[in-house]
Amino acid sequence: MTATLHTAPVTVADTTDQRVVRRRLGPGHRIRFSFWFGPALALAIWSIGSATGLIKPAILSAPWDVVVAFQDQWVNHDLLGNILASLQRSLVGLTLGVVTGAVLAVISGLSRFGESLIDGPIQIKRSVPTLAIIPLFIAWFGIGEEMKVITIALISLVPIYIHTHNGLRSIDGKYAELAETIGINHGEFVRHVVLPGALPGFLLGMRFAVTSSLLGLVVVEHYNAVAGIGYMITLAEQYGQTDVIVVGLVIYGIFGYCADSAVRFTGRRVLAWRQTLEG
Amino acid sequence: MATDTRGLTTEPAVRVRNLHRSFTKDGGVLNGLDLDIAPGEFVALIGRSGTGKSTLLRALAGLDRDVAGHGRIQVPESVSVVFQDSRLLPWKRVLDNVIFGLRGADAADRGRKALAEVGLAGRERAWPYQLSGGEQQRASLARSLVREPQLLLADEPFGALDALTRIRMHALLRQLCEAHRPAVLLVTHDVDEAIVLADRVILLDAGVVDTDVRVELTNRSRSDAGFAELRTLLLDRLGVAADA
Repeated sequence: MTATLHTAPVTVADTTDQRVVRRRLGPGHRIRFSFWFGPALALAIWSIGSATGLIKPAILSAPWDVVVAFQDQWVNHDLLGNILASLQRSLVGLTLGVVTGAVLAVISGLSRFGESLIDGPIQIKRSVPTLAIIPLFIAWFGIGEEMKVITIALISLVPIYIHTHNGLRSIDGKYAELAETIGINHGEFVRHVVLPGALPGFLLGMRFAVTSSLLGLVVVEHYNAVAGIGYMITLAEQYGQTDVIVVGLVIYGIFGYCADSAVRFTGRRVLAWRQTLEG
Repeated sequence: MATDTRGLTTEPAVRVRNLHRSFTKDGGVLNGLDLDIAPGEFVALIGRSGTGKSTLLRALAGLDRDVAGHGRIQVPESVSVVFQDSRLLPWKRVLDNVIFGLRGADAADRGRKALAEVGLAGRERAWPYQLSGGEQQRASLARSLVREPQLLLADEPFGALDALTRIRMHALLRQLCEAHRPAVLLVTHDVDEAIVLADRVILLDAGVVDTDVRVELTNRSRSDAGFAELRTLLLDRLGVAADA
């Protein structure tokens, strides 16, 4: 047998970079502040439209008029109080809905008996628009805060349930098998396998739930509210103040956008174990 | 019944009697299989596809509750399974995977030691996806060994690894088994792997033990005459011409 052994040649500093280049098919590296490009563009179009007169003030107030209206509301009409009232309403409702939805999803995902009890009613509830149930809720819970919070909770419960349940059921069965051979109890199984495995689904559900809760907020605040963004809009509607309406809409938009970013940011942090195109 | 070094009869670690398992009504996969494995004995299970190797292993692991059949199985209290895929939980860092389900305050220290033993010291905080296939399988070996099992069940644990990594893993597994002395049942389709690793090779055919040979080689190199002889015998029983 003959063998030739090559020793490494002495290397000279050479910075030539010649490589095979392939077209990238994934989305590539993250761009800084990319999140704000779309909203900034929309704002630019709105400003140009208003400045050139293409967008009439009666149709949509100009951005600067909205800023003035914002200032007026802030100083003279307790805008901060309205914002806080709305935030509190949607937060309480959202929290209730998220917790209930997640617990129901875990019960129904892990137990066939639980599934037979829970899944049907939720699927039925899903096909009945929540907004159509509001009159019934008013009859049950009155026209106060209780009805508002429950409506928001119910509307955000559904996406959390659906996506958490789906995420849980998509966990590879081989992990359950491994857990069985390791001999852990049910609680540990839920904590170490089920919850982390269902987390991507839960976070997706969370993105829908956050926007759903705002949708619920807008609707319930039209019923006998004495504070809140919806109340402000309702008043402005009566007085024909489009600029104030737009202030309300912008605030709703900012709420939704911030909440969605928060969920996405959290998702990137807690899902660091995944290697996906998200990057 | 096996005898230990002092010539005393010892209770086997695994005892299987008249084991039947079938997935369909007409044909059984295991048809009245009997098997004893002594404590600390390394048994390799070979056989053609569909002869019941994995079915037997899953029966010993208690992972066949939905499979029809009967028979008697006795296994030690502490059993650990190494699967063909590493089955590291992707959302747990390597160390947390190793000590997953382990109780006691010193769990993390034991886990670190086990990782060092399989040559993964320093990778405790890595995510599973950051490890190579061989490293993932070593982590899963560490997860099994840290539990100090009396019986280690391994279902083609090196099946998905490349040839070089396999050779390294063979040496590692033998070394670990000599240090910890669990009884081992290794399912493999690789006759050479069986001879290199095991004290005893069992060949399954049609759901019963067809051949049961003790590997008494001082030198487990493939160039050894005894190795070649055993290899020929087993390949012959598998219906393959040895030098094809």
